[in-house]
Amino acid sequence: MLKVRNLHARVAGREILRGIDLSIQHGEVHAIMGPNGSGKSTLARVLAGHPEYEVTEGEVLFEGEDLLDMDPEERARAGLFLAFQYPVEIPGLNNAYFLKAALNTMRKHRGEEELDAMEFMTLVRERMKQLDIDEAFLNRPVNEGFSGGEKKRNEIFQMAVVEPKLGILDETDSGLDIDALKIVANGVNAMRSAERTFLVVTHYQRLLNYIIPDVVHVLTDGRIVRSGGKELALELEDKGYGWLEEPVRG
Amino acid sequence: MSTSTETIEQLATREYKHGFYTDIEQEVIPRGLSEEIVRLISAKKQEPAWLLEWRLQAYRTWLTMKEPTWGNIKYGPIDYQNIIYYAAPKKKPALQSLDEVDPEIRRTFEKLGIPLEEQKLLSGVAVDAVFDSVSVATTFKEKLAELGIIFCSFSEAVQNHPELVRKYLGTVVPYSDNFFATLNSAVFSDGSFAYIPKGVRCPMELSTYFRINAKETGQFERTLIVADEGAYVSYLEGCTAPMRDENQLHAAVVELVALDNATIKYSTVQNWYPGDKDGKGGIYNFVTKRGKCAGVNSKITWTQVETGSAITWKYPGCILQGDNSIGEFYSVATTNNWQQADTGTKMIHLGKNTKSTIVSKGISAGHGQNTYRGLVRIAKGARSAHNYSQCDSLLIGDKCGAHTFPYLEIRNSSATVEHEASTSKIGEDQIFYCRQRGLSTEDAVNMIVSGFCKEVFRQLPMEFAVEAQKLLSVSLEGSVG
Repeated sequence: MLKVRNLHARVAGREILRGIDLSIQHGEVHAIMGPNGSGKSTLARVLAGHPEYEVTEGEVLFEGEDLLDMDPEERARAGLFLAFQYPVEIPGLNNAYFLKAALNTMRKHRGEEELDAMEFMTLVRERMKQLDIDEAFLNRPVNEGFSGGEKKRNEIFQMAVVEPKLGILDETDSGLDIDALKIVANGVNAMRSAERTFLVVTHYQRLLNYIIPDVVHVLTDGRIVRSGGKELALELEDKGYGWLEEPVRG
Repeated sequence: MSTSTETIEQLATREYKHGFYTDIEQEVIPRGLSEEIVRLISAKKQEPAWLLEWRLQAYRTWLTMKEPTWGNIKYGPIDYQNIIYYAAPKKKPALQSLDEVDPEIRRTFEKLGIPLEEQKLLSGVAVDAVFDSVSVATTFKEKLAELGIIFCSFSEAVQNHPELVRKYLGTVVPYSDNFFATLNSAVFSDGSFAYIPKGVRCPMELSTYFRINAKETGQFERTLIVADEGAYVSYLEGCTAPMRDENQLHAAVVELVALDNATIKYSTVQNWYPGDKDGKGGIYNFVTKRGKCAGVNSKITWTQVETGSAITWKYPGCILQGDNSIGEFYSVATTNNWQQADTGTKMIHLGKNTKSTIVSKGISAGHGQNTYRGLVRIAKGARSAHNYSQCDSLLIGDKCGAHTFPYLEIRNSSATVEHEASTSKIGEDQIFYCRQRGLSTEDAVNMIVSGFCKEVFRQLPMEFAVEAQKLLSVSLEGSVG
């Protein structure tokens, strides 16, 4: 469902991605691991269409469509969801209002009926229960005054409501304590299906104890240097990233 | 990255939607200002001698005054002798029902989305529609009359309730107050008058739609609202003006008087023509609005959403004379393209335990310049007075400006005065976050802006809040693309 070929991208004139190749099938969970500055988060943002990043080479097909040709909102409506590493605060804007507008834009795009306030609340309550989120959450402004953990949980909650085809989790585990991590992982696992695909970007192996990936990729210096099964993550945990870089350089 | 700058340039360029001109026969008087013109206006309105005298005193005072220059606004000289100071639709104004209203005028209102009959039926709003300078339709009058509430045009009030007008006119904004208010006092044509008797809670929102429509006719509206002891009234004022090339002067005066335990809420949505993309045309809006909390425990709340006009110069204020009285000012002012706004409030604390709250939200886009100017004065005798001020500015793009001038004059050491201010920019990250959730850039900006203005919108009556939000998004269209 997602095919990345020789993707190069840069920000502020500096090349960060130096030829990424990646192929993900429907229903798979892929993990992207790598040391700080390896380009993991850049990959997530480039896929979502962040305007700061410039793609200089390569192509990305999403469900057979040219992803790079689409505006960020078109990508979102087509079913690509990015759970932000640093969710943005929008002061004064009601969480529920924001989410309802987002969901209905996507539903409209899919040719589905827009949900009215009642239907929306029914859906949202169910998702909140799954993610152990308090209802007061809904009436707070988007991410304003949220703790780091609440922000991350809000991202997964939004993802659970809009039900994307591809969920990209950008370091969702950072800043979460173990209980919150489990709740978030359970939320993601509950959404796993043959139609839904996940790309989990993480620095630590910890999250992958709970969200078991089908494939693990290791990214260093803007390239994927190793791919393997879930045991690769454990190996990394053990040995660190250093041992992977040497054979490539050598 | 150029996306956001382009975006920002573009949200600012949708055409003014209310730019059309209604062709109606007008009765006008010669251009210019003189004692004769003042007498002519007064005579046309068959005013009593004391009112003519008041106008003449104002006129003579005005001749000695200079146009103020302290505002953070720039505009060419105004030729006061090239203005027509009075215009009225030729049709007889004394109408019994809406059917008698000139169909052309009614079509105009419908284009503006203000079908009178629908409002009458659906929203329970009594509308005193000021079309140019004379009221042409007044609804719900009888229902209000049953409660002893007087709601009519200012001219009618002069004819039918001269004792009330005489008692309160100029008691809050004296004829010598300032250049523009003094000019208004000399030549005011019409406006609204409301009186809520003792202990009466006005059961509906009172509303007036002002509209400039006569070519090159300055508008000099005068509104007076009196809430007697224990009375309550909520008043809505909304304006839109047609597209016109020359600058038009608008110098209104609004006076509010709240006696013991009375409450007045005055809400404005101002959408005069702001001029075109290049800063050509647009209304010059020099307004004096002031309320007096004359009685104990009285309360006056000003809420304004200012999206229009090439120049906005207004400081709706409160004189907190009665002990325990409360003054509030909630404002959203938007400047886009070449609009300039210098607006804020004055809170004058005279009584004991008086309280004031100021929440000002300025939004600047395009080349817009937005200034908050606010005065908080705590007089010697105002023991335990309290003020809270919050001034936030939001910038869209990098060619606009936000300025804040708070003035504090504290003469009583028991006062508590708090002031908070912030300036922020709509961030590319905020817009991207919204777009990643499927929202268009334009929707994203509207949402971010409405979040920013929430505390003020919350003060508006529901239907007005919806209208205000729409206006805001129209006025910011094209500022981000």
